[in-house]
Formats: sequence, C-alpha cells, structure tokens
Amino acid sequence: MDYFAQQLINGLVLGSIYGLIAIGYTMVYGIVGMINFAHGDVFMIGGFIALITFLLLISTGLTAIPVILLIVLLVSMAITALYGWTIERIAYRPLRHSFRLAPMLSAIGMSFVLTNYSQVAQGARVKPIPPVITGGYTLHESADGFVIQLSNIQIIVVITTIVLLAIFTWLVSRTRLGRDMRACEQDQTMAALLGVDVDRTISMTFVIGAALAAVAGLMYLLYYGLVDFFMGFVAGIKAFTAAVLGGIGSLPGAMLGGLAIGLIETFWSAYFSVEYKDVAAFSILIVVLIFMPTGLLGRPEVEKV
Amino acid sequence: MTVISPETASASRSAGIPALLKTAFVNALIALVLFSLMVGIRTEAGSDGQLTYWTRFGDVAALVAAVFGGSIVIELLRQWIGPAGTEKLVPPAVQTGMSLVGRYLAPALLIFTLLVPVIFYDQRYILDLAILVLTYVMLGWGLNVVVGLAGLLDLGYVAFYAVGAYSYALLATNFGWSFWVCLPLAGILAAFWGVLLGFPVLRLRGDYLAIVTLAFGEIIRLVIINWQDLTGGPNGVSGIPRPSFFGIPLDNSDSGLAARLGIEYSPTHRIVFLFYLILALALLTNWVTIRLRRLPIGRAWEALREDEVACRALGINTTTTKLTAFATGAMFGGFAGAFFATRQGFISPESFTFQESALVLAIVVLGGMGSQLGVALAALAMIGGFELFRSLETYRMLVFGMAMVLIMIWRPRGLIGHRAPTVYLTKAHAISSDLVKEGHG
Repeated sequence: MDYFAQQLINGLVLGSIYGLIAIGYTMVYGIVGMINFAHGDVFMIGGFIALITFLLLISTGLTAIPVILLIVLLVSMAITALYGWTIERIAYRPLRHSFRLAPMLSAIGMSFVLTNYSQVAQGARVKPIPPVITGGYTLHESADGFVIQLSNIQIIVVITTIVLLAIFTWLVSRTRLGRDMRACEQDQTMAALLGVDVDRTISMTFVIGAALAAVAGLMYLLYYGLVDFFMGFVAGIKAFTAAVLGGIGSLPGAMLGGLAIGLIETFWSAYFSVEYKDVAAFSILIVVLIFMPTGLLGRPEVEKV
Repeated sequence: MTVISPETASASRSAGIPALLKTAFVNALIALVLFSLMVGIRTEAGSDGQLTYWTRFGDVAALVAAVFGGSIVIELLRQWIGPAGTEKLVPPAVQTGMSLVGRYLAPALLIFTLLVPVIFYDQRYILDLAILVLTYVMLGWGLNVVVGLAGLLDLGYVAFYAVGAYSYALLATNFGWSFWVCLPLAGILAAFWGVLLGFPVLRLRGDYLAIVTLAFGEIIRLVIINWQDLTGGPNGVSGIPRPSFFGIPLDNSDSGLAARLGIEYSPTHRIVFLFYLILALALLTNWVTIRLRRLPIGRAWEALREDEVACRALGINTTTTKLTAFATGAMFGGFAGAFFATRQGFISPESFTFQESALVLAIVVLGGMGSQLGVALAALAMIGGFELFRSLETYRMLVFGMAMVLIMIWRPRGLIGHRAPTVYLTKAHAISSDLVKEGHG
C-alpha cells in the first residue's frame, strides 16, 4: 500500500509535466486542426534555455534559489515562446491553405530541424545539473521501514502546474484573446468576418503553447536534473497521447490525459517492466484512438462533406 | 476561404527600401534573441560531471548577419518574381520540350541503371552507393502505394522494413533457410503485420492515422530492442548468410559460381549480383504498382485518396481497399528488408528508427506522391545528397529537416507533381433524358 502511494505521487508529478506539454498540442489542434509534431522539440528547447539561463545566473554569483528560478522561468518562457511564434510563422502559416498532409510533413521537418539544431549548437551529450531543490517531507513510515516521500521539487511541480492551469483557464474563458481563440476554433472565416485577427490569434496560440512547454522543460530539468537533445521526441508522443486520451481540443482533458498517462507509465514501470513502459504508453494511444477516438472529454468530430 | 493578411499582401508588392530594411532588421532582432542563448552559450559536462560553459558570440553575430542578408534577398526575390501564380506561365515551347524529356527520361534512366555495373565495374564505392539508392527507390515505391496512391499517411513504414529484415535474419541464422525461401516469407510476414496494423486504424484518417502508424513503428522497434532472447536486443543479429545464385554460392570455393563458369573469382561478382537483385526487386515493385493501378483495386485506392466519403457512397469497400494498400506496401517493405539483411550481413534496431521512416516518406513526398519516376529521382537526389555531405555528419539531418519544410512551402506537390486521376472523362457525353429519370441516373 505504501509502495502504491509513493508511485501515485511520482505518477502525478510526471503526469503534470506531460499535461503541460499536452495543452500545447490540444490548443493547436483545436484551432488549426493540425498535429504540431515539433511541439515535443519545443519542450526540449525550453529545457535547454532553462539550463543555460540557470548556468549563467549561478556564475554571476547569485545565490537566492527562488529568485534564480523565477528569472529562469521567465527567460525560458519568453524565448521559447518566440521559438513557437517563429516556427508557426516559417513552417505552418504559408501552408494554411495547402493540401491536407502538407502541415504535418512540414511539422516533421521542423521537428528534425529543432532536434539537430540543438545537437549542433549544444552537443550530443547529456547535460546534467546538480540537484537545485533538495529536501522534502516524509508522509508516512510503515513498520517494515518503507517511507513515503514527498520531495519539495514534487510539490513545486504540482503547484506550478495548478497555478498555470488556473491562469490559463482564466485566459481562455474570460479574456478577449480567449474569446477570439474559441471563435477561430469554431469557424475561422466567420471569425475573420466579425473582426477577429485570425493570424494573430493563431500566433498567440503557438506562443502560449510554447511558453507552457518551456515551463514543462524547466520542471523536467529540475525533476530529473538533466536535459538532452533527443528528449523531445518520446515526451512529445506521450504528451500527444495524453491530449488524445483527454479528448483533443479540450484543455481540462489534456491535463486529465497527462495525469492518466503519467500514472499509467509509473505504475507500469513499478509493477510490470521498466523496459516496456514506452510500449505501454504507445499501445494506450492506439487503443484509445480505436475504441474512444473522442477521448475522455472530447466532442465527437462531425464529418462535413 | 483564402484569408490573406493585409500586411503580407502589401509587403510583397509595394515595399520600398526603408520597409525592406525594417523587415530585415526585425528578422535579425528575432534571430538574435533566438540564437543568443542556444548558440551563444555552449554548455558541456566536464570530466567531474560539473557543467561548464563558454561563449560563442562570433557565431551568433554571423547567424544574425545571415538572417539579415537572407531576409533582404528573399524579399527582393519575392518582389522580382511577383505574386504567386504568375510563375506558372511557362512558354509552350519549353512545355513541349519538358514533356519530350519526360517521355524519354524513364527509359534512358532504366538503360543507364542496367549498365551501371558494366560502367563502374572497378569502382566498388559507386556500386555500393547505387545499391543503397536502389534500396531506397524500392522502399519509396513501396510506400508510394500507401501514401501516394491510397493517400494514407504512414509514418511507421520502417516497421515493415524491420519485420522483413528480422524475418530473413532469424530464419536464416536459426534454421539455415536459403534467401530464396525466406524472401517470399519475409514479404508475407510483413504483409501480415501490415494487415495487423491496418485493422485497428481503419477508422482513422489523416493526422491521427500518421501518429498511430508512428507509434506502431516505435513499438516494433522497442520490442526488437527488449526481446533479447529472440532478436539479440541492441546487439542485433550478425552472421546473416549471403544470398546464393539460386543455390549456387558466390564465393571462391570449388562449387562457387565463378568456378563452375570457369572464370576467375572476384568479390565484385557478389556486389554486381546484389545490384541486379535489388534492381529486379525494385522493378518488380514498380511493375506490380503500375499493373495494380489499372485494376479495380488500384482505381479504388486513388478514389480513396481523393475522397473517402464519396468512395463509400459509391459502394467501394473501404475496409478491403485500405487493408490491401497497407498489405501491398508492407510486403514490398518486407522484401526490401530481407534484401537489406542479406546485403549487410548484420542488422540491429538502430537501422530502423523513425528517421528512416521520415526519410522514405520525404522521398515519396519530394517525388510528388504517386509519380513512380519522381520517387526514383527523389531517392537518387536524397541519398546522393546525403553521400555528398557525408563529411558534415551533424549538419545532415538539420539540412534534411529544412529541405522538408522548404519543399512543403514551395512545391507541396513534389518535384514531379503527378496526382491527376488515371481515368477521366475526355469528352462530354449527351445523355438522353429517359436515361436520367429518377431512380435510373
């Protein structure tokens, strides 16, 4: 039971990170109707920028960890958001009225560009950092000595995710931008006729998605203590699985899907086999798409002729 | 449905020099922010595990300058070419010339390919490269059935390549079966897996289908890596037997082909044999595809590509249509895989990554989805290009990705955009009114 509880905590933390990435997928799919295949790599870029900023700040002699983390978070979000904006501008916007498969193929190309760009720029080796946030709480200690740990970093990951999700939900449901986004999601032409700047709204979607991916990148860096140029691929597919599981286009769904994938992966590793944890995640993607294509909270897709 | 933003429309036509410089300046500024940390600061883990960093501001400056200059050039080119659409006006003389070249290009290429081992007999490097190109031509033609004809975006094609390769490798090393027995088996097994993948994804389309096939390809690769008892895991399978000339080995033993023919043995014989083997397999793929296109099933594939809903409305069984497309494409992938295994003599999961799928897909897309000649030329350009830049190993995939994006922007239909339906009405027929009565139309 204690082992189960510990895995539950670990799974929820991992799921929060997946959920943050999944929001980027689900938003872009909702508005533009394409799978932003490069989004996993945007997450990776976010991790790298966080790492580099962190390194620079440490070398200036700054010691207050909360201040450092706040600056790292803001810088990483800002620059990664610019990456998201640029990617949309270069690779997706010219293709908006091209044939069906074009944006997908362009996105695959973009994913290769980002992966290899960071390999060329930062080298192929794994970049480790020493643990930044240490310590934690012992929740429960059983008679046979098994301890349920809740580390500070886990608390930070979950709290950051909740706060961001709250801000983001407010953004989509209460602001002008959110209303524009929902309008574009329903009908771009009609939205444009009613004075919504469609191009700008789509750009903002990519910007927000990339910023959230950067947060996920920072959390990943703090939680696992390393980044490498290839981490975006598998994380991206899993986050996409999360978005599909939750119902693509639905924001709470993406978060729910992320948590589900994180839990499934953690429990699978804990009780079955670590080697096949990715196989488990990918199999879930296939099974969900076959039996539940609309996901947990998604709307059924109406086919227009 | 075309929503042209006012800024791009005006910028492309009436931008003066100040506006031009302003655009370039803004682009350079964006580039500065993008590259400042990622390129400007290089991190590396030291020997003690501590991360160190050093600066590379020169590289950033060079990149920013390149973006500045590049955006001026692109903007000027855009003004010079004019708005999109005018470039399609090709003089008729050039058009007839092009079609003439197009008609004779395929036979000329085929004859040249047949003669490659004769011309380059002494140049082992060129022969090896030619075999590699032909392998990708075959893979491209195989995937073309799925993507180009049936319009099903398959990102996991490498899985079938892997199934074919491992089928032959395991059957040959464990049971000692000959290549010629295993080749059809590899094709059948790959086709079987194709159907196995096809069944669940029947209801999916477009992007969803792409992601599921990608996941399928990754699952196959991960299973190969982790099922160590069967596949040897990351170490792969080695000592895969070489193919024989229908039972006669190609070595310098007394029973070898050279000894039987009474000619001096040379290791090049085997290379030349492999060359003609893959050429024959590739041509088989091409021939089957061309024949199938003229059969009802091929027509159904093309109809499916154009409009699935209309297909169903016309009573085409989309289930069997999709499954046969998957199975046919997978079978050719399996053949190519078996050939790959026998040529290399060693296979490992590293040969079957997603990159490989993307490369084959890029060949099909660059070739213009559905055009057999285009795919062959694209394979030649792609693999040849990769060889040219072999010294720039790390930049290769970067350039590959950029090329994929640029092709999608400039020529989304590929180099030879041939997607016209094979059948169309040439003449309008007048139908008498009694034929189009209600219920008979």
